[in-house]
Amino acid sequence: MLRNRRNEGLFGLALVAPFVAIYGLVFVYPTIKLFMTSFTDAPLIGDGNFVGFDNYARLPSDRRFGTAVWNTAYFVLITVVPGTLLAFAIALGVNRLAGRLQAAVLALFFLPYILPVSVVYLLWDWTLNFQFGIAMYLFDMLGIARIPVFKSTAWFMPAVGMITIWWTAGFSILLFLAGLRTIPTEIYEAAALDNAGRWSTFRRITWPLMWPITALVLTIQLISQLKIFDQVYLFSVGGRPNDNMVLVYYVFQRAFQSDQGGRAAAVAVVLFVIVIVVSVLNFQLTRLSGGRDR
Amino acid sequence: MTATTARRLNAIGLIITVITVFCAIIWAFPLYWAVVSSLKPEHEVVRPYIELWPETFTVSHYVFALTQTEIGRWYVNSIVTATAVTVLTVSSSLFCGYAISQLNFPLRNVLWWLILASFMIPMQTLIVNHFELVADLGLINTWSGIVLPQLIHPVIIIVYKQFFDGVPKDFREAAVMDNASEWRILTKVYIPMNWGVTTALSIVCFIWSWNAFLWPFLAVTKTDMMTITVGITQVNDAFGVYYARQLTAAVLAGLPVAMAYLIFQRRVTEAITLSAGIKG
Repeated sequence: MLRNRRNEGLFGLALVAPFVAIYGLVFVYPTIKLFMTSFTDAPLIGDGNFVGFDNYARLPSDRRFGTAVWNTAYFVLITVVPGTLLAFAIALGVNRLAGRLQAAVLALFFLPYILPVSVVYLLWDWTLNFQFGIAMYLFDMLGIARIPVFKSTAWFMPAVGMITIWWTAGFSILLFLAGLRTIPTEIYEAAALDNAGRWSTFRRITWPLMWPITALVLTIQLISQLKIFDQVYLFSVGGRPNDNMVLVYYVFQRAFQSDQGGRAAAVAVVLFVIVIVVSVLNFQLTRLSGGRDR
Repeated sequence: MTATTARRLNAIGLIITVITVFCAIIWAFPLYWAVVSSLKPEHEVVRPYIELWPETFTVSHYVFALTQTEIGRWYVNSIVTATAVTVLTVSSSLFCGYAISQLNFPLRNVLWWLILASFMIPMQTLIVNHFELVADLGLINTWSGIVLPQLIHPVIIIVYKQFFDGVPKDFREAAVMDNASEWRILTKVYIPMNWGVTTALSIVCFIWSWNAFLWPFLAVTKTDMMTITVGITQVNDAFGVYYARQLTAAVLAGLPVAMAYLIFQRRVTEAITLSAGIKG
């Protein structure tokens, strides 16, 4: 029996060994290194001298960092809540359908989510092309002046935000649908017997029961939009990257274009801390509200 | 409820259904538009009005992309790296999730907490140090370099652990009574009962890796080592300003994952809901 238990322990260690090795190499080590690098003047590759909090002290007066923080916050603001509400509305619509029609409609809404960001970029760069984009023909028909969307600072973030919602809504719709399916039909039947209208059924039954899922979708969206880079980078090529700066982009620019690994690491640490704080806060909030409901 | 209100409610329901279907069609229209444009000759693509169907069908852009550009090479890079990421990530996560769920070994709880905590860590903030690590190992512009930092998906371990937790203890006890070795218990009892989850997670992991942009974009500077996701955005001179050719490249890059989704629709949605922490 004792031999058995020792065997079990050894086998367990052997099974987790590959993961732990990878985890240490590409997760723990880089994370520790990130914090250490942020206190040095290191280039992208190689070591630098210890400079204390210099890299951090520079940030408050760094205009591009300010733009990056502002744009990231702006992007979160225009995508997270509107995207979640839109996905919820679509899920309600899709949930009414049945059988093949539902599967087909869901597939249409979900397809963009499955595509790589570069495909999304080429698609929308074409759709919103100033000269030949189909959206511009629509603008002409409606009598609106054409806009060089990705070359104009005012339109850039709203446009990329809209495209991001289009791209990622499928994921949120899926989660909402899974949630809607768990609501027992008896509750709706009871409401119908009580002559409850469509709106009050939604407000009194669907919305409160769906709140945990809504909170989950909001969190996932919030955290992933804080880390935005790909779309902003791709749509900025040939445009005005410094006006459209977001946090990850700034890390990329400092490290890979200015060869300043230390300063890039300091920006990365700031984002790292923001994401962790948001995650922990959110975890605590959902736990608190969960406790209250019970 | 009177008959008239019931009829009115049904009418509203019908309107909502029609709106939903209409919105779905609008939603997917850019996808259709890209595919149709890629099948038109270039001079038709840039005509200043909307033509929903090509006047003359042509696959010449596809022939061009597949024979005159590096897309074939990028396909190979994407398939190799995404397959490697999938096999390594799913197998190491399966072993780890199983061990944490079913076996007693030292520091088990510490490891579990570390995995749960790492769920929150934004990988994008590690790019500087990943680049240094991969450069130190001499793996820039190699398949291994593209693969290495993509091997951590804590969520896959979490899903596996939850699944193995749901298996009744009797299975294991019966197997131990039969004197089956630990390895046999894992491979003959536990893995077969989870094929569904493994398939679903593998498909999703493959799609994630195929779609990965930031890291493969940083890890590769030579065009012949790019994955297709990166390549189609980086090499404009290969296509010039031919819009139809660019859209063809986009269609070719998106086609494999779109097909994977349409074929395994149920599995993909299952894995995605699971990975978001809901049993769907």
